Amino acid sequence: MAEKPKVAFYWCASCGGCDETVVDLAEAVLDVVAAVDIVFWPVAMDFKRKDVEAMPDDAILATFVNGAIRTTEQEEMAHLLRRKSKLLLAFGSCSHLGGIPGLANLFDRESILQAVYCESPSTVNEEGVLPSVRHNDNGHSVELPGFYETVRTLGQVVDVDFYIPGCPPTARILRTALQTLLGGELPPKGTVLAPDYALCEECPRKDSKPVNLSISQFKRPQEVLIDEEKCLLTQGLLCMGPATRGGCEAPCVQGNMPCTGCCGPTSRVRDQGGKILSSLASLLESKEEGEIDQALATIPDPAGSFYRYGLPSSLLRRRKLPDSNLEPPKVR
Amino acid sequence: MPDAMPNSSHAVPPRVEPQTFEPRIVAFFCNWCTYLAADLAGTSRMKYSPNVRVVRVMCSGRVDPQFVLDAFAHGADGVLIGGCHPGDCHYQEGNYKALRRYRLLKRMLRQMGIEEDRIRLEWISASEAERFRWVMNDMVEHVRVLGPLRLQPDEEVFAEEEVAV
Ligand code: SF4
Ligand code: SF4
Ligand code: FES
Repeated sequence: MAEKPKVAFYWCASCGGCDETVVDLAEAVLDVVAAVDIVFWPVAMDFKRKDVEAMPDDAILATFVNGAIRTTEQEEMAHLLRRKSKLLLAFGSCSHLGGIPGLANLFDRESILQAVYCESPSTVNEEGVLPSVRHNDNGHSVELPGFYETVRTLGQVVDVDFYIPGCPPTARILRTALQTLLGGELPPKGTVLAPDYALCEECPRKDSKPVNLSISQFKRPQEVLIDEEKCLLTQGLLCMGPATRGGCEAPCVQGNMPCTGCCGPTSRVRDQGGKILSSLASLLESKEEGEIDQALATIPDPAGSFYRYGLPSSLLRRRKLPDSNLEPPKVR
Repeated sequence: MPDAMPNSSHAVPPRVEPQTFEPRIVAFFCNWCTYLAADLAGTSRMKYSPNVRVVRVMCSGRVDPQFVLDAFAHGADGVLIGGCHPGDCHYQEGNYKALRRYRLLKRMLRQMGIEEDRIRLEWISASEAERFRWVMNDMVEHVRVLGPLRLQPDEEVFAEEEVAV
């Protein structure tokens, strides 16, 4: 019998939700699973890094990597899996755009380590010990992966063949993506394997969105009784639909919550945050600066809301570091 | 240093010592007003800072916030948008749209660590060459005080970054 094609899954900076999606597919992927050999999947199977290292280059047909890149170990694994795989796929928002871990780019390494290891209320760390790459204790030495100042997407670290969007990708997006991959003719390299139109296009509430929509202020979901039929943006809720790629079939809107933008922008938009900022600001009624500011104050966290899943892949990529952080790095 | 003009919300910057830093300013000027003011300043042989690279747009309302982000990402130290005075937009409301986007963009840029003075929106009509000259100089001086905008280290620097944890 001919050898089955080899497939691998890996996770970097992520929550585990993407691996969950693969498991969730259960019956739907049984056919796929029967047709392939899973050679590496840390969350579910006991293979080790050395098993991957032992494979010849290009031995794996397709590797699905979820999670953003923020440690040296993740970067090494990305390079290793790239070498061993014919196709490398960024799977899910973190790998595709930076994802929720990418919001760390609003801070710098030092303040993150301080917050996590010194300041958080549940931490007792009187000596203020921070993790270090090398630690010696009584003649024993341990090594930890290094933690980068900036979170990156998989595509900013290695060559990526295809992107599967979503936080996590819906079963339908994954199924369609797999069909495309197995269908023989591959789309051009770099393609996001999902439809290339804005979410509003496929939103069940689309028809209730007026052509000349104008709003006087924005509201947060906990502040209003949300109408279950009407377009959420029309109700003043910050719905990312107009700046977000469709394909998910709007599960959030169907659950009566605004879209937060997890599938990223369409191919015609370079910067999802810039795009939604533009549409939302244009919807305001006021022409007077003070009034405009008042209305805009109802969006308390523009950067965090507009780049919730995509700060590392945005044009600016991160909050500007203090100039001192940009000097040659100090190794601790 | 230029004197403060009555029509501006910007404070006069502190005096700067002459230094080698020449700010790079990207300007988006509306075809019907500020661009013509620039023209008039030119033909009137007015002297103003040469630091500004001008992009002509049909209306300040055409300035997509992505243009501004792109300019900063590609090395601009400051971005200036020039449009028609309120009520004078050739397309009626384009400048109000620009104002709303600008107010929100400014806030978002602050979250991204980009100082307020690096982005500016000014209404300058076709006949206001003198005001145009003043705004150009004033913007350049403000940005000069802030120094170069050094965003994230570029790709190579990042790749070489030794990890310090
Ligand atoms: S703005 Fe949101 S609720 Fe309205 S049509 Fe678009 S996706 Fe649907
Ligand atoms: S509705 Fe928006 S946030 Fe929800 S799954 Fe779709 S793209 Fe993601
Ligand atoms: S035409 Fe000048 S701002 Fe609209």
